[in-house]
Amino acid sequence: MTALLSIKDLVVRFRTPRGLLEAVRGVNLDIPAGASVGIVGESGSGKTVMSRAAMGLLSGSNVERSGSVMFDGQELSSLDSVQVREYFGTGMAMIFQDPMTALNPVRRIGTQISEGLRVRLGMSKKDAMKRSAELLAKVRIPDPEAVLRKFPYQLSGGMRQRVMIATAIACNPKLLFADEPTTALDVTVQAQILNLLADLRKDLGMSMVLVTHDLGVVANNTDFVAVMYAGEIVEMAPTTELFANMKMPYTEALLKSIPKIDAPTEKRLPVIEGRLPNPTDRPEGCGFASRCSYAQDKCRQDRPELEDAGNGHLYRCWYPLGSTIARKSS
Amino acid sequence: MTGYAHLRNSPDAVLTVKDLRVEFKVPGGVVKAVSDVSFDVLKGETLSIVGESGCGKTTLGKAVLQLPSPDGGSVTFEGTDLTTLKREDLRKARTAIQMIFQDPISSLDPRMTVRDLIGEPLWVWNKGDNEEREAKVRELLNNVGLEPDQVLERHSYEFSGGQCQRLSIARSLALEPRMLICDEPVSALDVSIQAQILNLLQDMKERYGLTMLFISHDLAVVKAVSSRIMVMYLGKVCEIGSPDAIYSKPAHHYTAALIDSVPLPDPTKRRDGVALQGEPPSPMNPPSGCRFRTRCPAASEKCSAEEPQLREVTPGQFVACHHPRV
Repeated sequence: MTALLSIKDLVVRFRTPRGLLEAVRGVNLDIPAGASVGIVGESGSGKTVMSRAAMGLLSGSNVERSGSVMFDGQELSSLDSVQVREYFGTGMAMIFQDPMTALNPVRRIGTQISEGLRVRLGMSKKDAMKRSAELLAKVRIPDPEAVLRKFPYQLSGGMRQRVMIATAIACNPKLLFADEPTTALDVTVQAQILNLLADLRKDLGMSMVLVTHDLGVVANNTDFVAVMYAGEIVEMAPTTELFANMKMPYTEALLKSIPKIDAPTEKRLPVIEGRLPNPTDRPEGCGFASRCSYAQDKCRQDRPELEDAGNGHLYRCWYPLGSTIARKSS
Repeated sequence: MTGYAHLRNSPDAVLTVKDLRVEFKVPGGVVKAVSDVSFDVLKGETLSIVGESGCGKTTLGKAVLQLPSPDGGSVTFEGTDLTTLKREDLRKARTAIQMIFQDPISSLDPRMTVRDLIGEPLWVWNKGDNEEREAKVRELLNNVGLEPDQVLERHSYEFSGGQCQRLSIARSLALEPRMLICDEPVSALDVSIQAQILNLLQDMKERYGLTMLFISHDLAVVKAVSSRIMVMYLGKVCEIGSPDAIYSKPAHHYTAALIDSVPLPDPTKRRDGVALQGEPPSPMNPPSGCRFRTRCPAASEKCSAEEPQLREVTPGQFVACHHPRV
């Protein structure tokens, strides 16, 4: 498979009053055409910054970005913000976590969906409105004609997220970034939106990057998964391989901490103690060492590199789970 | 009316709610947020109230505290009907029932230091002198897992969501309440932090002998904390029972759909059930009979004609459905 989006050695730093904050530290990631890729990590792991940097959405005098982002054969990182905008809508599109604030509250739904169609595809106002109604039907909104005339506040959270999706897919993008698309929604609506995204991806032959903090969300909706921690990819594998054969203690801890429907009642849940390391002052060695129940001296001193276990399973750990290397649990 | 079959009339009941009704007048009609809901909570129990956005679970939690006063029904807390209390008596009664909100960051005043945030309830109620209050604040912070010397002078915006929720919990416990109402306390948090806060709430429940109402939209989250679960839909009770019964053999079709919506963290397993389609109807004009019938796979004519009453299907499990699954 050829990569539709290829990220090489991506580093993003923010200059802050507290010092240089390294949000993304050398990420390499290929998104093959037609694939669905999950990016999983806690708040502050750099997953959102990475996807925004990949789309060229980070700008400002306090941002330092290096590395290469190739999209469909074109190097994006050398383009300025006006040039990169040519790719939005038709090449890449993004849906955001909070459907309440992502839509303009004072413009009607129809105007917001048709904006991309008119600007990018040069449609007439009438054609764009007609196409917008079709898009709303495609994201399974009942009575699309009426919804076109509504304002965002008249819609529920789930409906707004559907409108966001309709806006994002309006110009048939090749790649859709979905940044925590269901985190603000009820579980029942979450299931509906995830099904909808899977169906649209098949229909439109779109690639998708699904960014989330919940391993449960990626398990059934992605082809492969990258787990991020403290600005780095710490494990990456095809989804079934990852869940069958976890190598990183962090991934395992993340999975264990999910409240499960088949867990015993009134029992303590397993937790990941501690917090992410301070991003302005990264520790030497493995970033997860201070929270890892298997950590040894080597983990605290030397930073592990990404290793390939064969079969495309990458991990960043001195003492991976299931390995024969002797390790003592502390 | 969905009946009282599930009320236990126990002398240990801390909170008994009967026929609670909350309605909001809006342009164009009346939103029936909570319609004739009854339930009881025994001492030391955690009752979880589960349902989608708009089912009235938050309104119900607030109505227990008379925020605002309900439009009908009674809320009996430790033998006193809160709906009959006058302003000052109600203010006193409320110190025994505290609430934790969904968004931990916006529910704390960003201009107050942690010392003031946690100590404010003590100061308002004139508990102890400055030294005693300081000692109490430190004790509370220790109990919720924050180091007093590091946090006392800081402001809420310097903390992460999980830490802010710890502060909210400390603040809610300052007056040593006997009941805690938690409104979606973990839904704004990462999964890795959710477990920490759920464990903390369990610890605090034991340490302070609390009785809890736990409001959530996610059946997987409440599993770990509940002694009893009540499922609500569009302002009505669908099903109430022990967690074991609810999870292993849900009797209401809505409960089954909620369970089916929880994503499984395992790519080899897929849900065979069909996820719930559509959205709840408007609470301004709820369907006749059973309110779930418009989205229910088993709906019949009887469901639109007659409102189902709560009845016991297995010991301790009550369901309001004409065609229960068990």
